[in-house]
Amino acid sequence: MTMTLNRVSVPVIVDEGKCIADKGCTVCVDVCPLDLLAIDLLKGKAYMKYDECWYCLPCETDCPTQAIRVDIPYLLR
Amino acid sequence: MSNIIAEVDVLVIGGGTAGPMAAVKAKEKNPAAKVMLLEKAHVKRSGAISMGMDGLNNAVIPGHATPEQYVKEITVANDGIVNQKTVMAYAQESFNMINQLDRWGVKFEKDETGDYAVRKVHHMGTYVLPMPEGHHMKKVLYRQLKKARVEITNRYMATRLLLDEHGAIAGAMVLDTREGTFGVIRAKAVILSTGAAGRLGLPSSGYLFGTYENPTNAGDGYALAYHAGAELSGIECYQINPLIKDYNGPACAYVTGPFGGYTANSKGERFIECDYWSGQMMMEFYKELEGGNGPVFLKIDHLAEETISNIETILHTNERPSRGRFHEGRNLNYRTGMVEMHISEIGLCSGHSASGVWVDEHAATTVPGLYAAGDLACVPHNYMLGAFVYGKFAGESAAEYAAGRTLAPVDAAQVAQEAARVLGPLNNAEGFTPTQVEYKLRRFVNDYLQPPKVSRKMEIGLQRFAEIGADLPFMSATNPHELMRAMEVHFIRDCAEMAARASLYRTESRWGLYHYRVEHPEKNDADWFCHAQLKKNAAGDMTCFKRPIEPYIVPLDDAEKDAYNRMRIVKQAAVA
Repeated sequence: MTMTLNRVSVPVIVDEGKCIADKGCTVCVDVCPLDLLAIDLLKGKAYMKYDECWYCLPCETDCPTQAIRVDIPYLLR
Repeated sequence: MSNIIAEVDVLVIGGGTAGPMAAVKAKEKNPAAKVMLLEKAHVKRSGAISMGMDGLNNAVIPGHATPEQYVKEITVANDGIVNQKTVMAYAQESFNMINQLDRWGVKFEKDETGDYAVRKVHHMGTYVLPMPEGHHMKKVLYRQLKKARVEITNRYMATRLLLDEHGAIAGAMVLDTREGTFGVIRAKAVILSTGAAGRLGLPSSGYLFGTYENPTNAGDGYALAYHAGAELSGIECYQINPLIKDYNGPACAYVTGPFGGYTANSKGERFIECDYWSGQMMMEFYKELEGGNGPVFLKIDHLAEETISNIETILHTNERPSRGRFHEGRNLNYRTGMVEMHISEIGLCSGHSASGVWVDEHAATTVPGLYAAGDLACVPHNYMLGAFVYGKFAGESAAEYAAGRTLAPVDAAQVAQEAARVLGPLNNAEGFTPTQVEYKLRRFVNDYLQPPKVSRKMEIGLQRFAEIGADLPFMSATNPHELMRAMEVHFIRDCAEMAARASLYRTESRWGLYHYRVEHPEKNDADWFCHAQLKKNAAGDMTCFKRPIEPYIVPLDDAEKDAYNRMRIVKQAAVA
């Protein structure tokens, strides 16, 4: 179908220097209640794939390397 | 076609709060039973309490409250429309459940003698038990699930229940939300514990996922029960909560009230007697919000420093812990300013109000083999502890029902029809995106259903919902995630129609703001002292009907009946 590209600033920010998805970690992807995160297989890093965040924080809290920061979505900030 | 992915005795749909308890209790009741817990997210961090909870709102603890007192309080808080038997069953089990959770390692606040430190928030009795370290609740539940050997299936959503030729439960039809594949789980009994219909109204920010309830809770169970022919009740008694303006958490008067915080108007004055969430309280909140003394605030800036830092610790680590960074972004410090508040979008939730799937005191719905517990099961003001208690009832009842039964044959026609509905959006190369349809649908919910309720508006709303219903088969999904959202839009649309029809049916006002009908502003006990039920009739149409209220087992006197109608603080005239 016809696609458009609307840029948004996403609330879940991954520090790629700290993220250890390339070592097989998928904790943030597993715990997200809305299933919004994914691993970029080329980079081996987690990222926010869908902009549907509830800013509930399990991804940030459970990340073993503190690589995630969750901002309040801009519309609500 | 053979797409049977599992055959179980008891299938629990929804692994948030009530669901894990139901699954564990079903296994305890019958260790030989095969019990499966199906979860749309991951059980470790799913549901309304994904980040824990800061306290119990309805603890009935000997020495502080009796089950009879609690039944009275909830009967009055819910304007008389309760099946007291269900509330009593909860109240009598409440203390056992607290002790059970305590043994499992949930940390409740205790006083110096080791007794539970219960606090007063309700209008009449004392029922609030803080859990300052309640953020570990899901871990406690997860450990019990593993110990009980419950089979956990994450990232699956149920799309319809499967019925046998007599209309009894035969299982559920499900979607793998990661793979986009459709399947059937055969079950002798099913427990619905899918939470509130929290993605119904649109938050005033316009942000689809900024809802009070976990937005995964799209009303799945309400729609599943409805299409299976179950009775729903009190749908017109919406959930509307007082929240922080622009943020989806309470400010929160339950936590701060016992420390001396209170809900105030722009002058910093109290205007309600009691911060317990009831429709009557929300009505006063709404009037103040819209009036000349608005908006409404939570006031705690007058408290001592150690009290405020204690409150901060509780509020910024539990339930909605991102609250702290929200305040930071708005430069709000509890010490120097009041917290601006607003009212939430509408939803359906019996945990907070009374809109739910009808259940008896054993958590049984009106469909044989179907049980319900938690926010979606109609036991008014049941909250988290009620979810645990009814989870226990549902687990035990379902295990008992399943024992000695055989699996019902699978009706291929039902499965084929559902497979076509569910997988349709993947086959539509062109079409509406689920996000666009959802946004429009939920905007209409706000435009036409939000109280004050106006008949003509709700009728127009029904027309719009029907038109959106016709659009649904033309949604397109490019991946399994979008397909999950598309199926949720179906649930949300069903809930919107239920909300409109149930609200139009009850031609009186009741429960304060929850069901304030402008053309019928008074409560009318002569015609409407009854439950208003909703179900799909034999012809497939949504119908409403009355169900008489069972005689009270705990009678109320006239002064008590009126207690929640005197919410507004009346200023005494100054003595000359």
